[in-house]
Amino acid sequence: MKPPPFDYHAPRSVGEALETLAGAGEHGKVLAGGQSLIPMLNMRLAAPGHLVDINRLTELDTLDVEPGGVRVGALARHARVERSEEVAAAQPLLCQALRLVAHPVIRNRGTVVGSLVHADPAAELPAVLALLGGSVRLARPGAVRDVPAAGFFTGLLESAAEPGELAVSAFFPLLPPRSGTAFREVARRHGDYALAGVAALVGLDDDLRITAARVACVSVGPAPVLVDVTEACGHRPPASADWASAARAVQERTAPEADIHATADYRRHLTGVLAQQALRDAAREALDA
Amino acid sequence: MNIAITLTVNGVVRQAEVPGRRLLSDCLRHDLGLTGTHVGCEHGVCGCCTVLLDGEPVRSCLTFAVTVDGHDITTVEGLAAPGGAMSPVQRAFAECHGLQCGFCTPGFLCTVTALLRDNPAPSEEEVLEGISGNLCRCTGYQNIVKSVHRAAEIMAEES
Repeated sequence: MKPPPFDYHAPRSVGEALETLAGAGEHGKVLAGGQSLIPMLNMRLAAPGHLVDINRLTELDTLDVEPGGVRVGALARHARVERSEEVAAAQPLLCQALRLVAHPVIRNRGTVVGSLVHADPAAELPAVLALLGGSVRLARPGAVRDVPAAGFFTGLLESAAEPGELAVSAFFPLLPPRSGTAFREVARRHGDYALAGVAALVGLDDDLRITAARVACVSVGPAPVLVDVTEACGHRPPASADWASAARAVQERTAPEADIHATADYRRHLTGVLAQQALRDAAREALDA
Repeated sequence: MNIAITLTVNGVVRQAEVPGRRLLSDCLRHDLGLTGTHVGCEHGVCGCCTVLLDGEPVRSCLTFAVTVDGHDITTVEGLAAPGGAMSPVQRAFAECHGLQCGFCTPGFLCTVTALLRDNPAPSEEEVLEGISGNLCRCTGYQNIVKSVHRAAEIMAEES
């Protein structure tokens, strides 16, 4: 239960970090909060040759509410984002989801961007980024690119970040007017990874009919499963929407696996129930918006 | 290759030479001889190794010592007053039988110390959320929850 040996690097600037990562190539790994990486090292599930510790890069410890959304720097810890009143007002789903991430003590250390790059399909934040259509900004020496969420989560614990790239920030877009969001999940114990979870977004037109409805599901595939259920809901007011049909449409798109915690069928069942609850919650919030 | 680090632990400046992979929990116990911090699961589940990093509770088994070079650490050894008088949280745990075997206690004491500093009068729900990341296999938690409320009372009486 001790990490394997590695060469430790503690760059003092983003430029130095990028050079170090470029030099390390596929043997390099970035250490931010370490709340997922260090358990993997302790259990010897990962053995990078070079660890590039970005904890001294205070220039990445940023949290900005911009006109179009919330930009979270690579060193902004969960606790800071969760407690920000500005973020709660601008993008409430982000704060709501953060309260479901592990325990408060883990959130003191873990980072939002780190959680995205870790790309655990059971984690809440990748689902939030996918649902909102956000993006992750990746940097290498002399080049920066923004990767949309739709192309960022490429597989189980795999993201579009290539060897030598550093995720410097993530962007969570604001909601359009007359829309609402919600996050529902079921876990065996509070703070555990969810057996199933659903983030939902519902948008209404001026006549308060549903014009957009989609969900992002956790723990039912190798990456967050994004399902557009606008058609299934029918273009009706939330009070007469066909939520059950929407939930079935979501279930049809999931491919959960069985493990020690739950069977595949149970996960699919939970996903349907949670999708209905989350869509109703989101629609209620949209009506109040 | 070892790396020289300087930590301020319980108000005392301490130096150590450690490999990059040395966990903060092991640095405290093996390099600095502070065995009050307990090591349970070593993957962030049990909470026994919780210490205060610049005042905020963190898992010392999920932190590398080299990462926190130059920072302030408070361990369970640093919670009592300089003369040795127990802190309100420690007294409340003793009074309410908030411990049995004591293995998880250092983690609970550090977590609760920070919890009550930030929220001096927590609700039942806030206490449960606050200690949700710490496991105890003896007490069944009821007396730990009582201890947290009692500690809040003691702190209010003494302030």
